[in-house]
Amino acid sequence: MSDPLHDDRGNRDRSITNPAGQGSPLPGYHGTAKPAPGGPFLIGDAMTGGYGRGADILHSCTIAVERGEIAVIVGPNGAGKSTAMKAVFGMLDLREGAVRLDGEDISRLSPQDRVKKGMGFVPQTSNIFTSMSVEENLEMGAFIREDDISGTMAQVYDLFPILKEKRRQPAGELSGGQRQQVAVGRALMTKPKVLMLDEPTAGVSPIVMDELFDRIIEVARTGIPILMVEQNARQALEIADKGYVLVQGRNAHTGTGKELLADPEVRQSFLGG
Amino acid sequence: MDLLNALVALTNFVLIPAIAYGSQLALGALGVTLVYGILRFSNFAHGDTMAFGTMVAILVTWGLQSMGVSLGPLPTALLAIPFGILGCAALLLATDRVVYRFYRAQKAVPVILVIVSMGVMFVYNGITRFIIGPDTQSFADGERFLMNARQFREWTGLAEPLVIRWTQGITLVTAVIVVIALFWFLNRTRTGKSMRAYSDNEDLALLSGIDPEKVVRVTWLIVAALATIAGVLYGLDKSFMPFTYFQLLLPIFAAAIVGGLGSPVGAIAGGFVIAFSEVGITYAWKKVLTYLLPESLAPDGLVQLLATDYKFAVSFMILVVVLLFRPTGLFRGKSV
Amino acid sequence: MSNYLRPVAMLALVAVLIVGTGFVQSWNSALLILNMGLVSAVMSLGVNLQWGFAGLFNVGVMGFVALGGLSVVLVSMPPVPEAWSAGGARIVAGLILGVGAIAAAIVAWKTLSKKVRGWAVAGILVVGFILYRMVLSPAVDAVESVNAASTGYLGGLGLPVLLAWPVGGLLAAGAAWIIGKTALGLRSDYLAIATLGIAEIIIAILKNEDWLARGVKNVIGLPRPVPNEVDLQRDPGFVESAAGWGLDPTTASTLYVKAGYALLFAAVLVVLLILAQLALKSPWGRMMRAIRDNETAARAMGKDVTRRHLQVFILGSALCGIAGAMMTTLDGQLTPQSYQPLRYTFLIWVMVIVGGSGNNYGAVLGGFLIWFLWVQVEPIGQALMGFITAGMGEGWLKAHLLDSVQHMRLLTMGVVLLLVLRFSPRGLLPER
Repeated sequence: MSDPLHDDRGNRDRSITNPAGQGSPLPGYHGTAKPAPGGPFLIGDAMTGGYGRGADILHSCTIAVERGEIAVIVGPNGAGKSTAMKAVFGMLDLREGAVRLDGEDISRLSPQDRVKKGMGFVPQTSNIFTSMSVEENLEMGAFIREDDISGTMAQVYDLFPILKEKRRQPAGELSGGQRQQVAVGRALMTKPKVLMLDEPTAGVSPIVMDELFDRIIEVARTGIPILMVEQNARQALEIADKGYVLVQGRNAHTGTGKELLADPEVRQSFLGG
Repeated sequence: MDLLNALVALTNFVLIPAIAYGSQLALGALGVTLVYGILRFSNFAHGDTMAFGTMVAILVTWGLQSMGVSLGPLPTALLAIPFGILGCAALLLATDRVVYRFYRAQKAVPVILVIVSMGVMFVYNGITRFIIGPDTQSFADGERFLMNARQFREWTGLAEPLVIRWTQGITLVTAVIVVIALFWFLNRTRTGKSMRAYSDNEDLALLSGIDPEKVVRVTWLIVAALATIAGVLYGLDKSFMPFTYFQLLLPIFAAAIVGGLGSPVGAIAGGFVIAFSEVGITYAWKKVLTYLLPESLAPDGLVQLLATDYKFAVSFMILVVVLLFRPTGLFRGKSV
Repeated sequence: MSNYLRPVAMLALVAVLIVGTGFVQSWNSALLILNMGLVSAVMSLGVNLQWGFAGLFNVGVMGFVALGGLSVVLVSMPPVPEAWSAGGARIVAGLILGVGAIAAAIVAWKTLSKKVRGWAVAGILVVGFILYRMVLSPAVDAVESVNAASTGYLGGLGLPVLLAWPVGGLLAAGAAWIIGKTALGLRSDYLAIATLGIAEIIIAILKNEDWLARGVKNVIGLPRPVPNEVDLQRDPGFVESAAGWGLDPTTASTLYVKAGYALLFAAVLVVLLILAQLALKSPWGRMMRAIRDNETAARAMGKDVTRRHLQVFILGSALCGIAGAMMTTLDGQLTPQSYQPLRYTFLIWVMVIVGGSGNNYGAVLGGFLIWFLWVQVEPIGQALMGFITAGMGEGWLKAHLLDSVQHMRLLTMGVVLLLVLRFSPRGLLPER
């Protein structure tokens, strides 16, 4: 524990400290967007970087998604899938490479500013406000909007009818699948230009998983491109327009979902034959 | 047996003082619990924050009094509360800018902030004593009694008088208004909801575009208001002395923890639990019992369970008992 | 090499400051600072043991220090036979009854079924409390009325005062055991609020239980481990050797007495420091640090973390108790009203943090340095304020400013703590 400000000496005294909900350190991006026309709708281009001053986790890794598409990142555990997505969202210190969205270079923007530029991000864990009602979760999702949000909220309720039913309940009391719906709904409230999902089906039952995938396809049909990290590679690639297989922070295979499913090497190494 | 007189005595000596004290503790505990929920540490400087806000209010009160301003039967200090809040808010915001913000930007562990708040406590303590001195100050004016003993006796014909002081009435009314306003703010306004969101999940709040610095600023403003109001009410009800306010830290912490740290409802419940236990256990029950029991059984001692000086012991015992049965406090410590 | 250079340089600085005080102000002041510095160093060594090595947040240092002070009265004052015959036995019986009731309640809690145990425990405690008060109260009144102006309490055991130091440690350790058992045993620990509360309770007991140590009437004239100044001044041999040093007998006697205390305190500090260093380097110390740095892993390895925490909490509190006894011996009186949390709890924390959490030498350094500041801020502030207000006309502002200098001390301590936390958060002598 070299850093005195982050060393609590193992203190667990809840009468003086509240570890619940504390934020994690983020890179201090304070830049502005620069025009960078051309290229895919959203691309993390040749990204190299890691957390803070730690070792690089990504090595010249490229992830892109076009309008109206679903792009899926798959790969073995520890391949840097989630890291790649966080890098696109600005939660990683990039040493090389760039992130471009809709004709702008946003590499120097903070995550909040990227939200304002139209990115919707659903983290893998802690992705809802557990103590707040479902409706309040959605309201908080729309925090940056100054206009009337009731239309968007109605759309989210149409997409996830169960949420309308439970809108007065604290989100923390919902089941795993319902929580994920709240999380996706919260991200949709900004009317994002692109939606990024980090393992949306982690820890839910297979039936719920199928339902969630259906909903995600529905969202994609409304025209929002989706970038998604998935543990269940086969199912994810089946719905994907484009797939990225990452290994140790590098692009190992790239292609359409169908191509990757058909690729014998990918099948053998990642899809269990 | 004289049930009515016993009831009046009970109200007079236990219920009314405990309700007033409980309201003051609840307001104090709300401040502690807000800082705990949003900034994630127990603020050791809270007692001294109360002292500082109250001091500003007292100075302004004296100024108003010397200018001949008065509120009739109400204490002039009520007019000075907004100035006290402003002074206190300025101090807290300046402290946050100079001291706390650095650690927040570094995402320092909360226990470091606890130690930092000790340093702030020393500084506030020094400032308050430097300006107004360590002695007791009285600043209450206006009418003393909302209902005095004679009025009550004439009105009811009972032997036992019921005395309600203005300060007690004001304390309760103010506390109710403040608490309603606070809950309305936290549950109904956008800023209030963003505070709850930030307390619940800082990272996600950031992703939703909530500005953490604004949340923290608003929090300090509310804490300044709560601390000053609690401090002025306590000072009007009893008296102002910097050391007493510092010592209020223990019952206030106890109230916040008994209620469940981070839970505003809990803070209020905790404040009253602590206040009623303190007053009840240190009150000499002789009078009430004399009315209730047949003459042969009338107590000859004071029937005081513990000497008044043990009031801190009472806060503490209640705390231990509650924590043994409900480790998270009465209202499961949730985020604001 | 620089590993050793820094502590040595820092301690040399402290020596220079204290010796400088001797030259600039007086040797009496210097020795006074040295003595209380030694006591403070022991206290901060204790807190450092808890916070530095185990991350335990003790904000009840004052209580343990006060228990040490109480032990001096209980051990060294002569017993008051009239008081004992008036109600001593009854008080002891009452106390045994009280402890018995609590023990019975604990046993009932552990053995009875879940349905009835709450009521049973409440019943036992209520009945126990009533019996306790019925037995104790008359005896207390009797004892307190025995020659109230000069005694009115049971007195002590009349043993040598030096014995009070280890006894103070034991007393504090006992209290720490009770607190630790309760607060560390809860699901997540609540040590901070528990210690804050217990410290206030201990002070309340000292203030209120007159039969124990005269409450706010104070116990004065405690026996001393060093000769009395007046006796020395009457001793022709001493006067002669003082003259040999070029000192008048009064100054010489006060210096001699203070130096005596300093030697005793220094011996205690050195022994405790060596023990603390040995403990730190022992397998036990390594395990403590392993638990501190990664509790989950330590638990997984089968370490009983709560038990270890309890041990270190008791040890640290015992050090505070010893220091408290030393301090009361130095003062020669027990004055419960002088115990204030800012001075006896939070100031010790400033010492530990400024010195360097986790470093024993740092704790000692912090003890000396902060104590020096605590004492010297006032004259320095006075001089400074005199300089600032020199140009001012006579008026209430000038009078107020000059009058308020005494409060600069708290402000300074806060600023020092904040500056260290901001710019050198590991303290002056970092742990590693």
